[in-house]
Amino acid sequence: MFDWNWEFAWEILPRLIVATGNTLIAAGAGYAIALVLGLVLAIAQRTPYRGLTFVVREFVEFIRSTPLLLQIFFVFYVGPQFGLRLSPWASGMIAIGLHYSCYLSEVYRGGLDSVPRGQWEAATALNMTIAQKYRRIIIPQAIVPALAGMGNYLVGIFKDTPMLSVIGVAELIHTANAIGSEHYRFLEPFTLVGLIFLAISLPAAGLIRGFENFIRRKLGLQ
Amino acid sequence: MEDMSGYPHELTGENTPMVSFKNVRKSYGSLVVLDDLDLDVTTGEMVSIIGPSGSGKTTVLRMLMTLEKINGGCIYVDGKPLTHMPKNGGLVPANERHLRERRADIGMCFQHFNLFPHMTALENCMEGPVHVLGISKAEARDRSEELLELVGMINKKDEHPSRLSGGQQQRVAIARALAMRPKVMLFDEVTSALDPEVIGEVTNVIRGLVDEHNLTMLMVTHQMGFARDISDRVCFFYGGKIEEQGSPAELFGNPQRERTQQFLSAVREAV
Ligand SMILES: Nc1ncnc2c1ncn2[C@@H]1O[C@H](COP(=O)(O)OP(=O)(O)OP(=O)(O)O)[C@@H](O)[C@H]1O
Ligand SMILES: [Mg+2]
Repeated sequence: MFDWNWEFAWEILPRLIVATGNTLIAAGAGYAIALVLGLVLAIAQRTPYRGLTFVVREFVEFIRSTPLLLQIFFVFYVGPQFGLRLSPWASGMIAIGLHYSCYLSEVYRGGLDSVPRGQWEAATALNMTIAQKYRRIIIPQAIVPALAGMGNYLVGIFKDTPMLSVIGVAELIHTANAIGSEHYRFLEPFTLVGLIFLAISLPAAGLIRGFENFIRRKLGLQ
Repeated sequence: MEDMSGYPHELTGENTPMVSFKNVRKSYGSLVVLDDLDLDVTTGEMVSIIGPSGSGKTTVLRMLMTLEKINGGCIYVDGKPLTHMPKNGGLVPANERHLRERRADIGMCFQHFNLFPHMTALENCMEGPVHVLGISKAEARDRSEELLELVGMINKKDEHPSRLSGGQQQRVAIARALAMRPKVMLFDEVTSALDPEVIGEVTNVIRGLVDEHNLTMLMVTHQMGFARDISDRVCFFYGGKIEEQGSPAELFGNPQRERTQQFLSAVREAV
């Protein structure tokens, strides 16, 4: 019944390690998109342009209320109808980046709101441009309370990458499934995938906390 | 839109005030906070603003710092309109570009200091000169260290604000504002958030500015003794208007209006 095959596990490990690399690349690229786009979405909601604020707000709500899987399918299968023909890789990273940018925009918004109004006023008194205010004064302070949330979504995005397997991105689950089908053995590949996820997610949480403390110290905030 | 035809594009002449409020109105919804305010401040003058809570003292400074938009009238700084700009032969409300140009003449210190917590005292002072004025880091550092010396904070220049006392933070904030070389300095109750024993270290710095610089200053304060000591003129605000103004000797020694007398005696009793 329980017939774990060490030899087989050893044999498939290299393929799974390559797939781990793919997973990390997909998560990393998606996260990078989400970090930048999320900030744009957050700042757009703070502009005095009512129309823009409204559209962005609704867009964020819409993305947050629909499943990631649907968004992945949408970009990959519906995109071509609008002339947007992308590889599974590109579609996957865009979908996942877009999805998480909406969650991150909320985290940023909380961070931005936590910066006291007096900081904006002091920046105005120094005659800064709006870009200088954000870059030099507001964002460095808004980042600190946002770090915990940003870290959670980094782990979240990593754990969501298997969804990309539905459009054929060779990340971990996709690869494990392929190995299983080739050899009619699923125990080893899926067990190993679980262990790999665990081995990355667990230390990540600790590293993120350490990074948060490092930034706090670096900015002189306690 | 308001008819601005009665307002000149430039104030000229020998005694052009450094700051001039002309019929300035400010309201929040139906609450009128400032009612047709006229106030001229000459170059180098130190004007104190006193008055009961809610009389519009802070609002005067905030409008001059362009933190607040005015609802009517016009403010001039150094002879040129601040809140408005010339366009098609008339004056129209200023855009951000015009504000940035004119705001360079004004600096402000706040009740709660508002230092940037992620920067050291020195970095706080260098921030504006380097990134806004675009002067070299070396020059900005020299200028900032000189000012930190002036306010007695040079030995704490590498500390972050969280490690400084209120009085120390306020002195750094004064240095930060001065580093921009403003022509007009605004102080809004800069000692109100301080413990009594450190108020002196901040008032002494301001006292020094009156002597050493040819700065124009507007100061909102609840410290009557201090206002009496250092002001050239004291304005008593009541209900969004200047109820009475004059030299400290006149206003404190021989107030003419009943409201001024009531306010001053109430303040004296409280002490
Ligand atoms: N953002 C705002 N929205 C609505 N009302 C405001 C706002 N800012 C100020 N006010 C009102 O304007 C009036 C004048 O306020 P201001 O802060 O100028 O008073 P002040 O003379 O500085 O009082 P204090 O001595 O308490 O500081 C007050 O009635 C205040 O409630
Ligand atoms: Mg006030």
